[in-house]
Amino acid sequence: MGDYPSRSASNAAGGPGVTARHARAAGDGVSPIPPDDLSGNRPPQGGGGALPKKARFSMETGFRGLSTAAGAMVLVIIVAIAIFLVSKAVPALSKNDANFLTSKEWFPNDTQPHFGIAALAFGTVLTSVIALIVAVPIALGIALFLSHYAPKRLATPLGFVIDLLAAVPSVVFGLWGRDVFLEPVQSFSIWLNKYFSWIPLFGGDGPFGRSVMLGSLVLAIMVLPIVTSLSREVFQQTPGMNEEAALALGATKWEMIRTAVLPYGKPGVLAAVMLGLGRALGETIALALTLGITFTISANLIQSGGNSIAANIANTFGEANATGRGALIASGLVLFAITLVVNMAARAIIYRRREFRDSAA
Amino acid sequence: MAKRIEASNVSSYYGSFKAIDSISMTVEPKTITALIGPSGCGKSTFLRSINRMHEVLPNARIEGRLTIDDQNIYDPDVDVTAVRRMIGMVFQRPNPFPTMSIYENAVAGLKLNGVKKKSLLDDAAEKSLRSANLWDEVKDRLNRPGAGLSGGQQQRLCIARTIAVQPQVVLMDEPCSALDPISTLAIEDLMFKLKDQFTIIIVTHNMQQAARVSDKTGFFSIDKTGEPGRLIEYADTQKIFSNPTEKKTEDYITGRFG
Amino acid sequence: MSLLERETDGVIMTPDNIRTKKLPLVAELGVAVVALVVAAALVLGTGIGNWVLVVFLGIVFYLVGLFVAASRVEGKRSAKNKIWRTMIYAACLLAILPLASVVWTLVSKGAARLDGDFFGSSMNNIGARDANGGAYHAIIGTLEQVGIATLLAVPLGVLGAIYLVEYGRGKFALTVRFFVDVMTGIPSIVAGLFVLAFWVLIVSPWFNDGTPRFSGFAASLALTVLMLPTIVRSTEEMLRLVPGPLREGAYALGVPQWKTILKVVLPTALPGIVTGVMLAVARAAGETAPVLLVAGGAAAINMDPFAGNQSSLSLFVYQQAGDASRYAPDRAWTAALTLVALVLILTIAAKLLARRNRLS
Repeated sequence: MGDYPSRSASNAAGGPGVTARHARAAGDGVSPIPPDDLSGNRPPQGGGGALPKKARFSMETGFRGLSTAAGAMVLVIIVAIAIFLVSKAVPALSKNDANFLTSKEWFPNDTQPHFGIAALAFGTVLTSVIALIVAVPIALGIALFLSHYAPKRLATPLGFVIDLLAAVPSVVFGLWGRDVFLEPVQSFSIWLNKYFSWIPLFGGDGPFGRSVMLGSLVLAIMVLPIVTSLSREVFQQTPGMNEEAALALGATKWEMIRTAVLPYGKPGVLAAVMLGLGRALGETIALALTLGITFTISANLIQSGGNSIAANIANTFGEANATGRGALIASGLVLFAITLVVNMAARAIIYRRREFRDSAA
Repeated sequence: MAKRIEASNVSSYYGSFKAIDSISMTVEPKTITALIGPSGCGKSTFLRSINRMHEVLPNARIEGRLTIDDQNIYDPDVDVTAVRRMIGMVFQRPNPFPTMSIYENAVAGLKLNGVKKKSLLDDAAEKSLRSANLWDEVKDRLNRPGAGLSGGQQQRLCIARTIAVQPQVVLMDEPCSALDPISTLAIEDLMFKLKDQFTIIIVTHNMQQAARVSDKTGFFSIDKTGEPGRLIEYADTQKIFSNPTEKKTEDYITGRFG
Repeated sequence: MSLLERETDGVIMTPDNIRTKKLPLVAELGVAVVALVVAAALVLGTGIGNWVLVVFLGIVFYLVGLFVAASRVEGKRSAKNKIWRTMIYAACLLAILPLASVVWTLVSKGAARLDGDFFGSSMNNIGARDANGGAYHAIIGTLEQVGIATLLAVPLGVLGAIYLVEYGRGKFALTVRFFVDVMTGIPSIVAGLFVLAFWVLIVSPWFNDGTPRFSGFAASLALTVLMLPTIVRSTEEMLRLVPGPLREGAYALGVPQWKTILKVVLPTALPGIVTGVMLAVARAAGETAPVLLVAGGAAAINMDPFAGNQSSLSLFVYQQAGDASRYAPDRAWTAALTLVALVLILTIAAKLLARRNRLS
């Protein structure tokens, strides 16, 4: 499209214009018109017959530049996050005696710092995955209830409440998990341990309570509203035609949902789950308040313990020295990378779906 | 004040798609010119290129020469906003600014172009609303939102808004197609009245309307979908509707085609 | 005889066969009661659990029983339909339990310190044995930090959205759009670490004789990073809802594009934009991690957001939660209640505003 001059898409609308002040300065434009001229005669606006020239620099160029800069700011911030995290992480990593990626220990404040991300990364992924395994089926159930089962009078306020819950700060969920939810989870853990200790997940000799299970369940409750409200939106967008087609063939309600609603919503639900995963991976305070904080890799869900990158940062930041801070920043960099990948994957799914839908329309 | 528009060999493109093919016509000052033709024949595109509104769409460009009193409006150094102040436009659907009152809508063009003096604005509002035959209906509720008016009133408000800027030429892109017959009549009356001051070019699907209001008529057509639109015939309205030169025009007028 | 009738049991496609047998509601209730009784007998008889297990097993038995009964009376497809409906209803009930518990705890525990002292004093000189002490300093911190963050994020976000909707074309705009979406998923702790590395450790020493310094402003920067993408996205959506003919109407009056955007497009989209901003503010007010990392937290009142440690409501909750004093939990819950009230009021107001001003 470089072959036609000056009227490319970018200056299509409005074009580089001049302000009224500029125009008047040039001796034409819309100078205030004497009222008696409104219906009577007045000199032609073109002045000496020539059209006003456009100014080289104008408010238009300035405003366009300003908003472009604001848009570019987003890219600048993302790049800056990566650069500054790396710049603070590298000095600490170079002092590290242990292998950062495989070591489970976290002693960055010692005179000979040795620390590694392995246990933390494992805990981060473990808690998030369990949280999603618990939350997603329930969230989909609620989403279907809201979109296809509940009467509208119930669905609208309930959907509103779900949206509100997504706004409740995580520190509140963390506090609730520690002060209230701990007790039932503890007795449930003891019960599981009593009857199912032969399954490694539920083994161990205690103490139970501030465990991966507690953290994951609190996380599950937190991501539930997000996954629910995104999936509900997707389910509601199912074309009525498809639903009616299924029903007209004699399908029951569930068969209609399975043949028309779920396949249509699949990419959207997948994206919702990925976004929920991104949220769970980065969750800090709720886990800092509910996990038992140990630096081990263990599949045991009910013994007190567990940790995550974000929770570890919140818990140990207070007493960290310069190297310790660098080590925490390095672990944050790993978290950043993980969430970036998860989010980009989710967005890529959404974008592909959007193209698909647009081209179908 | 009202000016002559001259198009010579104007072709318009959207990307690689050619919408109209070398249109040439001259529009005399203080006349009403109607552009008629089947859907998709490029009459709106041509109308929009007269005040460079077609540039709003991405990848739109034009070839040929379009002049207003011998000034080429497509010269690279021409200020496009000045062109549009001089050549106003009324759209198919009334589009008053929803956040503005009736008064603010009427003087929006003046205000946004930098007129600040209240007395001037008040005066211009009344004059333009009077010219648009709307004043008596709205003078008691000038501060109510413009979107609260009926469709026909909204369209007249948009006309008031356009003429408040005191353009030389007013382009109307099917201004009555979204209106009921009574509002349509009101707008047609208005056109006759405005003819004393402005050059008016109107695109319409309604042939009776073209016959009723215009001095000259241009008939646009396309050979088939995907081909660019052409100006088939351009002549006095009376001639077009009673004794057209071209067979195609006659077919269209008599309803045998389109 | 149609293919369906030949190949499928029980399908007879004649008008007098459109009626079907239905499992009566009484039977469904009966199944439920039997399932509960069996579960109770099993669990309590063997002593392997308490009422929670009874309910859980009861539901499982109910589903099985319902499926068997419905299959016999109504057929398999209809039974399946019933089972899924029951499970979907059960999912809702299951989710409501913990959420109701959160709300109940907030209100019941949060009321403990809902007094003038809590909102009128700080934690300065409050020892472990003091029952008083309040969140005044934290409330100041939250208001200042969120306020500054809003001042930074709103112009930047709205301008960015204007770029995406009005000016942005081609690859670069697509890239910006994609990364705005990606940026919404950046964890708050990473935003906190970024500002820690960039502002607290590198920039702040310039203003403070070479030593790094925590400040409320640093927290504002981190919150800005978190608010920016939300504001860009919501504003973008609102701007796209503004009808094109409105813009054309202004262009046709000879109004330049920048003025059209500022005077016509933005005012039209304003209610929606305000809604988006309020939601972003609500989210930012609840963030704890970034404030912990870059504002440091403080017990005393610090009105100056540009120098020295500051606390915030959410950080106050977190710190009181970790405090050993037996009065700390009360303070934590009351602060949590205050925080939730603040966030919910903002959110509800935003949603109501959105509902009232929906562009049609």
